[in-house]
Amino acid sequence: MIEIVNLKKSFDGQEVLRGVNLTIANKELTAIIGKSGGGKSVLLKHLIGLLKPDDGDIIIEGVDVTVVHGKELDSIREKFGVVFQGGALFDSLTVYGNVAFPLREKTKLGSREVRERVLGALDDVGLRGMGNKYPAEISGGMKKRVALARALITEPSIVLFDEPTTGLDPIILHSIHNLIMATHKKYGFTGVIISHEIPEIFGVADKIAMLYDGVIVEAGTPDEIKNSSDPVVKQFITGSLEGPIEIVT
Amino acid sequence: MVIFIRKLGVLTLSKVRGMGRMLLFLLNSLYLIFVPPFKFRVMLRQIRFFGNKSLVVILLTGSFTGMVLGLQIYYTLRKFGSEAMLGPAVALSIIRELGPVLSALMVTGRAGSALSAEIGIMKITEQIDALTSMGLNPLRYLIVPNIVAAIIVFPLLTSIFDLIGIYGGYFVGVKLLGLSSGTYFSQMESLVTMQDIRIGLYKAVSFGVIVSWVSCYKGFYTGYGAEGVSKSTTSAVVTSSILILVWDYFLGTLFV
Repeated sequence: MIEIVNLKKSFDGQEVLRGVNLTIANKELTAIIGKSGGGKSVLLKHLIGLLKPDDGDIIIEGVDVTVVHGKELDSIREKFGVVFQGGALFDSLTVYGNVAFPLREKTKLGSREVRERVLGALDDVGLRGMGNKYPAEISGGMKKRVALARALITEPSIVLFDEPTTGLDPIILHSIHNLIMATHKKYGFTGVIISHEIPEIFGVADKIAMLYDGVIVEAGTPDEIKNSSDPVVKQFITGSLEGPIEIVT
Repeated sequence: MVIFIRKLGVLTLSKVRGMGRMLLFLLNSLYLIFVPPFKFRVMLRQIRFFGNKSLVVILLTGSFTGMVLGLQIYYTLRKFGSEAMLGPAVALSIIRELGPVLSALMVTGRAGSALSAEIGIMKITEQIDALTSMGLNPLRYLIVPNIVAAIIVFPLLTSIFDLIGIYGGYFVGVKLLGLSSGTYFSQMESLVTMQDIRIGLYKAVSFGVIVSWVSCYKGFYTGYGAEGVSKSTTSAVVTSSILILVWDYFLGTLFV
């Protein structure tokens, strides 16, 4: 279970998170929705200790990740797999090298076992035979798939997805969502998805939380969010121009 | 007046904090050089990167620096009737001073800028975050191999620069201006000591640390987007070049 308690973060005096409270249940897919630039990715980076909050706690399996450092933090990070917004694949490595990287660096597996697991992971994400390509040679959708394979290769208990479908066409978007659901079913990880793909995300996540103005305004099942009476949530999921959400064009 | 003093204070604090962060970055990286696991393969790749990027430039600048020195020193020495001292004058200038400094400046422009841009792009495309999120120390993977590679490559490139420079001076002094080959080399042999060569190599090693440290640091803490990478690359070259010249002066005073 991940517990986010009163998390606050400012950049140059601008408050991005103003007291986020959220509980993420084990083995569930929780989506955090909200407008662009609203602090969703900032929240995600706090979960893995890439950013330190000004105040508040994040308790993951009994450990507060906001106060641990060094090897203790690294050992918590080993529980995570992260799919970054642009994939964050290493340019100098091939697709195979990228997926094999966490195994080579973090485990003592032999090259034969690494090979078997990497080829299996590439199969899982539909990229069989693409191992020799470099990130610059593959499409955006393929990069997201490779990033997913890399995130899952160490079989982490928590997987974070930072806008995994941004910039993709609707068909690829659906295929990535299906892939997330299929891998979630297969590996049983706790998943956190940052997204503003409405309504598609309702079919993917078990739970949805809406971040607005630096706080979680509502959290619940997709049906509860769809039927929410909160004006902010209603405006966001209908995409209406009229409502309390300030529109910056 | 109060506002001015406050702004000055804020600026000073930010600069001091920046320098402290830069120094800690270097100390952490130097510490990690001696702590396993060692990334030999990445280090070999970076040795190739520095050498491959800079060798041609070193050959060109080395030869022309030697030729210019040969020409200028010959005309100066002729006024005192001391043309025979051309060989040692060229060799000492190059080995003690121009070889290490010009090599370092050339490598900064050629490889240092590329290194800073590469790490900067890794930063803005979240590749460094990806390393951190795997529980791996990005300094160990990205910075340490570059510092070790630079410590190995800089003295080698400087030695090549020195050799080519001395033969550049030889070409002008002996082949073009008619000095005897024996005079050029025999005087050099008696006046250039091992201490002079060591000083040049010490300088090269320290410049290697400066260039790799500054280039990596500027890339690692780059700003946002293409503009951020562009600024950090320029800053890497300017800061490295200034530090090379300042450090060269301090080392010069130590070894006079």
